[in-house]
Amino acid sequence: MSLAVFDRKPDSAPDRSEGRTPAPRRTDRRTPPPRRTGRPAWMEKPKPLTRAGKAVALALTVALVVIPFWVVLATSFAPDQQVVDNGGWALWPQEWSFKAYDKILSGGVVTHALLVSAGVTVFGTLASLVCTVFLAYALARPGVVGGKPVMLMVLFTFLFPPGMIPSFLVVDGLGLRNSYWALVLPVLISAFNLVVIRGFFQGIPEELYEAARLDGAGELRTLFTIVLPLSKAVIAVVGLFYAVSYWNDFFRAVLYLDDAGMWPLQTVMRQYVTQGQNLTDDASAAGLAVQAPQTMRMAVVVLGTVPILCVYPFVQRYFAKGVLTGAVKS
Amino acid sequence: MTHLARLRRDRALVLLMAPGIAYFLVFHYVAMFANVIAFKEYVPFVGVGGSAWVGLDNFQALLGDAGFWAAALNTVLLSLLQIVFFFPLPVALAMLLYSVTRGSVRKFVQSVVYLPHFVSWVIVVALFQQVLGGAGLLNGLFGDGNAHLIDVIGNPDAFKPLMVVELVWKDCGWGTIIILAALHNVDDGLYEAAAIDGAGPWRRFWHVTLPSIRAVLVLLLILRLGDVLTVGFEQILLQRDAFGADAAEVIDTFVYYQGIVQGNWGFAAAAALFKGLVGAVLVFSANKIAHRLGEQGVYR
Repeated sequence: MSLAVFDRKPDSAPDRSEGRTPAPRRTDRRTPPPRRTGRPAWMEKPKPLTRAGKAVALALTVALVVIPFWVVLATSFAPDQQVVDNGGWALWPQEWSFKAYDKILSGGVVTHALLVSAGVTVFGTLASLVCTVFLAYALARPGVVGGKPVMLMVLFTFLFPPGMIPSFLVVDGLGLRNSYWALVLPVLISAFNLVVIRGFFQGIPEELYEAARLDGAGELRTLFTIVLPLSKAVIAVVGLFYAVSYWNDFFRAVLYLDDAGMWPLQTVMRQYVTQGQNLTDDASAAGLAVQAPQTMRMAVVVLGTVPILCVYPFVQRYFAKGVLTGAVKS
Repeated sequence: MTHLARLRRDRALVLLMAPGIAYFLVFHYVAMFANVIAFKEYVPFVGVGGSAWVGLDNFQALLGDAGFWAAALNTVLLSLLQIVFFFPLPVALAMLLYSVTRGSVRKFVQSVVYLPHFVSWVIVVALFQQVLGGAGLLNGLFGDGNAHLIDVIGNPDAFKPLMVVELVWKDCGWGTIIILAALHNVDDGLYEAAAIDGAGPWRRFWHVTLPSIRAVLVLLLILRLGDVLTVGFEQILLQRDAFGADAAEVIDTFVYYQGIVQGNWGFAAAAALFKGLVGAVLVFSANKIAHRLGEQGVYR
């Protein structure tokens, strides 16, 4: 069985000592598709009405994405009184107040959860990248011993992903419950990311591998000095995918961490923001008006979003480079 | 070359593969084996091996369980709504983006619409509450005083449409990537030739664009059809309690509540296994149909 989507070319080279000439389209993969800028000569000039319609549609699309973020941001910075008067929201803070952030960042549940999330994300992303790159590199070498069965083993998991119950039993059986390992190990390698990276490695001309081998470089050295520097774009994108999935995960903590004190930010956010429980377990605080902590709730949402906003622009430019579509047969 | 010699030659590579292979073996294949509890009366204390076999009892109970069928119906309805209302939108948005001739505008819009894909479901739910909720922006701006103009959050009747809208908001932009790539691969000469032959924009769309990206659309549809029993576990789990189980229970949340929360392990595993088998059958059949129609499909 071969998954046409993910396999541009089946591993047909039986032995890697047989040099293969790279097909031109393989090296083409990393050059972006030709961009159309400006209107081609044969295309008719669009009618003013069409142009206006398109402009409105685009503006509306952007507004629909941006406005919810803006409302949350504005609410988090607004003074409590304004938010209470409005009934729970603000479009423009009367004055910019950092009180909500001061409160949630001065120790306590949210601060701790933020640190947990940061730790799990950094460690998890590194571990995932290392394991994925190692496996992808070995599987990208033609004729490696066991390459075919291992690749089949990976592809098969696309068809039958492990369910929640079996995963839970495995994590429980390994004694990983109530440990942060449970947030990382069950999702250490994503088969999709593996296939993307492997496809990219296969696109690197075979001559480079051979030159490295002739110069006496071992596999690790070839990987780190030849292959990885050529693959910055794909590593950045896959790194972003891993980081985002670790940062955004709320469910694994619900499943595996019984102690709410260990929870990462998203799980805490679920409890306090979407389920509307009070931010402090203090009985006197629970008596406050419901709207009072709304600025704090929105500040938690902002904190959950900001890291993604920070990393996103640096990686976004690689999306277009065909990194993702390289895995998909066109 | 013998296997032993190849093993010796590739020992460095084998070492590099080892952690990855171990991961897939333990967390995918051992986990797959743990599915046998669907055929057992699983008792955590005695473990998977020690629990007694009960044959197909769990499946029998499952097929007679009204809650399961209600969840399955919700799942399929939601899935169909998604296919009808979500599936065409990324195609439309991609067409719109592709037709923008100014590169800077296109890039800006792309950066904005990709973004929600990277935001967690917890945050998406919070954003929707803040905009559509009883104390949210729209009711505050347009509702008059006590009357809620928009009664969506927590209203069971609005649950399924809301799930679709949330999905559109989060993933419509991201879905354009693959369509845009397909559009970029269309040979510009075809458009030019069609235009010279007198084809207007609509005819070019119908006779050039659509046939050129058909394979990708079919592929995406097959993948979606195979996943007809999967409708976004995290998204729905987050909102199930607010809308009530009648409207919001789907197969995945059913498995979670039956298995993890209530401890009916074998019963829940049977539900999940049932879902997996139906899903696999669906992918295979959709792929077969695609082949018969002359498309490439997902695999050969």
